[in-house]
Amino acid sequence: MNIVFRLAWRNLWRQPRRTWLTTGAMVFSNILLVFMMSLQFGMYGLMIDNSLQIFTGHLQVQAPGYNDEQKMRQTVPDIVPLANTLRMELESGTIAARGWAFALSSSEDRTYGIAVYGVEPGFEANVSNIPGLVSEGRFLVDNNAAEIVIGSVLARNLRVGIGDELTLMGSGRDGSFAAAVVDIVGIFDSGVNDIDRSIAEIPLGLFQDTFSMDGAGHQVVIVGDDLANVQLLKTQVQSLLPDSGNSVVRDWNELQPGLKQAIQADISSSFFMYAILVILVSFSVLNTVLMSVLERTREFGIVMALGLKPGRLGRLIMLETTLMGLMGVVLGAFFGALLTSWFTNNGLAIPGMEEMAAQFNLPARMYPKVSLLTLLAGPCIVFLFTILAAVYPALRLRRLHIVEAMRVA
Amino acid sequence: MRLLGILGQLAWRNLWRNHRRTIIMLGAISVGVWAMIFMTALTRGMVDQMISDGIKALPGHVQMHHASYLDDPSVANRLPISDTELAQHFDSAGIRAWASRVRVPAVVTSERDSRGVTLLGIDPRAEREILFVDYDDTEGRFLTDENDNGIVIGKKLAKILDTGIGKRVVVMSQDPDNDIADRGFRIVGLYVAGTSAVEEAFAFVGKVTAQKMLRIGDSTTEAVFLGDDYRDVEFVYETVASAVGDHVSVTRWYDVDSYLGTMMKVMDGFVLVWVVVIFLALSFGLVNTLAMSVFERVREIGLMLALGMKPGSILGQIVIESMLLLVLGLAAGNFLAWATVVPLEGGIDISVVAEGMEMMGAASVLYPKLTLNDMILANVVVLLLGLLASLSPAWRASRYEPVEAITKVE
Repeated sequence: MNIVFRLAWRNLWRQPRRTWLTTGAMVFSNILLVFMMSLQFGMYGLMIDNSLQIFTGHLQVQAPGYNDEQKMRQTVPDIVPLANTLRMELESGTIAARGWAFALSSSEDRTYGIAVYGVEPGFEANVSNIPGLVSEGRFLVDNNAAEIVIGSVLARNLRVGIGDELTLMGSGRDGSFAAAVVDIVGIFDSGVNDIDRSIAEIPLGLFQDTFSMDGAGHQVVIVGDDLANVQLLKTQVQSLLPDSGNSVVRDWNELQPGLKQAIQADISSSFFMYAILVILVSFSVLNTVLMSVLERTREFGIVMALGLKPGRLGRLIMLETTLMGLMGVVLGAFFGALLTSWFTNNGLAIPGMEEMAAQFNLPARMYPKVSLLTLLAGPCIVFLFTILAAVYPALRLRRLHIVEAMRVA
Repeated sequence: MRLLGILGQLAWRNLWRNHRRTIIMLGAISVGVWAMIFMTALTRGMVDQMISDGIKALPGHVQMHHASYLDDPSVANRLPISDTELAQHFDSAGIRAWASRVRVPAVVTSERDSRGVTLLGIDPRAEREILFVDYDDTEGRFLTDENDNGIVIGKKLAKILDTGIGKRVVVMSQDPDNDIADRGFRIVGLYVAGTSAVEEAFAFVGKVTAQKMLRIGDSTTEAVFLGDDYRDVEFVYETVASAVGDHVSVTRWYDVDSYLGTMMKVMDGFVLVWVVVIFLALSFGLVNTLAMSVFERVREIGLMLALGMKPGSILGQIVIESMLLLVLGLAAGNFLAWATVVPLEGGIDISVVAEGMEMMGAASVLYPKLTLNDMILANVVVLLLGLLASLSPAWRASRYEPVEAITKVE
């Protein structure tokens, strides 16, 4: 074994308590970093998935301007043939067309204004969770039937149940009066109050007839295999659209800008915390290394008098720190992974978490997941700063005067 | 007392024997304490604002409804208490502000489009402190009194409906007999709110005008009460609940919006966890520094013991040393936190992530908030846990066998 290496290793254990305390600081922050990052990134994934799967999808084909203003007349023409083309060309079933209108829904004794969506009964379940969340009755089946599925809060507010009739009133695309009488066949419960209160779905065929859509609709919702490939999919879809200029593709970030920004805001605040942790650990390391250098001044004087170059001594110090840092990485990552996987199996529930979670479409119990990134990112950064912290003490050696050093008491 | 003076002096001098080590440790402690307080001030400011904005969008700190209103928000479920009665009960009850309103779901239709909104019939003079809208910041004008014939809608809603000031809109809702009640209004003002979701959701008209339109005489659907501090609404709640009977429901703001209520509780927990985590990261260095400083003084400590110094005094000396270190670090950290937070109290612009903040229910300008309680908490935690952490090296030092310690060779 290399002699410098052996020296470094032995030097570390001259003061086991100090070495363990310093390593302990690293291990502590590494465990914390691994756990927190695993929790965070798991959470973001869920947040995005859950928010998009309820209704929005990964991509939507819309009329330009619709995304900002949501006006009735901002339509995509011949929407069902377009959806069919996309399904065929992309060889994907997770594509569905929708129409949207604001309408007054009246039951026997209550009236509320709601958003009515016309959906393709056969495909809607592939792009949205709502068909699966129908807790009473069933989802739509026939593309032209006079049927409606509404949210649970809306059902309560309208004081209606399965089998009751609902009158829809609004205005069609051309501004004409639009009305329909539909039977309630299903009630869904998504757990998101805003959705359960304000959304209803009717078959797209009925929707187009009622609101004089003339074959048009408002959005084609597309769900890709993987969120990571959305940009690629977007270009693909773009190239399949007719050149008429009356349709554009929007990705999830444009459709729900709040989502990405909420994540960014959360990342930046947690990175501030991580940075503080890392800095504190670096201070601790700096102190330890500096002490271990200072208390060996005499010893260093002697070995330098014997001909050892300061550069080599500097390398010795760096090696000591590197060894300590490596122990920190290995132990920290190991125990971090252990802690995280315990929670992966048992779930993490923080008291009061439920309401917070619901706000972001998250389940009340979190299951953090260790990945290579979350396992190594934190410890590696701590390691890097550890090494940086040792540079100053190592460089000080160059200023050591041999004779004076040997005289230090 | 004299003993303490001597020990203090010894500790102080020992601290500066190795000034480099002390300075590094001081640096670590002040950065840690700064981070504790700074981060706490940021989050505290954010949550504070979220909650106060949230409470404004909800009505007030405490609210009163007909028992079935929350499940079925219709004018059929009106308050069984008249305004005169309410005034008798609450005008001189020590409540900061109160108001009664008509609040119903409605549909606003412009020439172009229609949308569902929550229609609020209000008395603008009583609501000045309660409502989230800044009257003076309203484009055009806000409502002047409860008989005002105009309507004020949000800027975003006006954009969606393709309408503006001076244009007419039709508002439709239901009267108590479930018949359609509608009326044309001229838009007199466009209000701005922190978030566009709010600007889409509410429309304001005069209370009396709303009562006429809905054919409900002079009755209202909710009464709202504002106390002095949203953290402590019990006084207002008790006052209101005891003044009226069981036949109306009286709720605190956190009963209505559980997300906001949880935020407040989670926030307090977060502050403590954050402070403790930072301290733990610090404690490794602290214990290390103390242990080292004890270790290099073994002979000296042995000598002092041999000369008759009590082990307790040795212990005290080390603990005082640690306390001095912590107090200096705390002073620097507190100062640093104060010096960084105060210039930022005018607000930090984070509009880059505005819509994300909106999703969390916060605004796009962050106002850090330094509270005495949080500062005290951070300082007390650091001192207490610091005392605990320094006990182990101090205890070891006081248990040395004098003869062994003196003869220890380095």
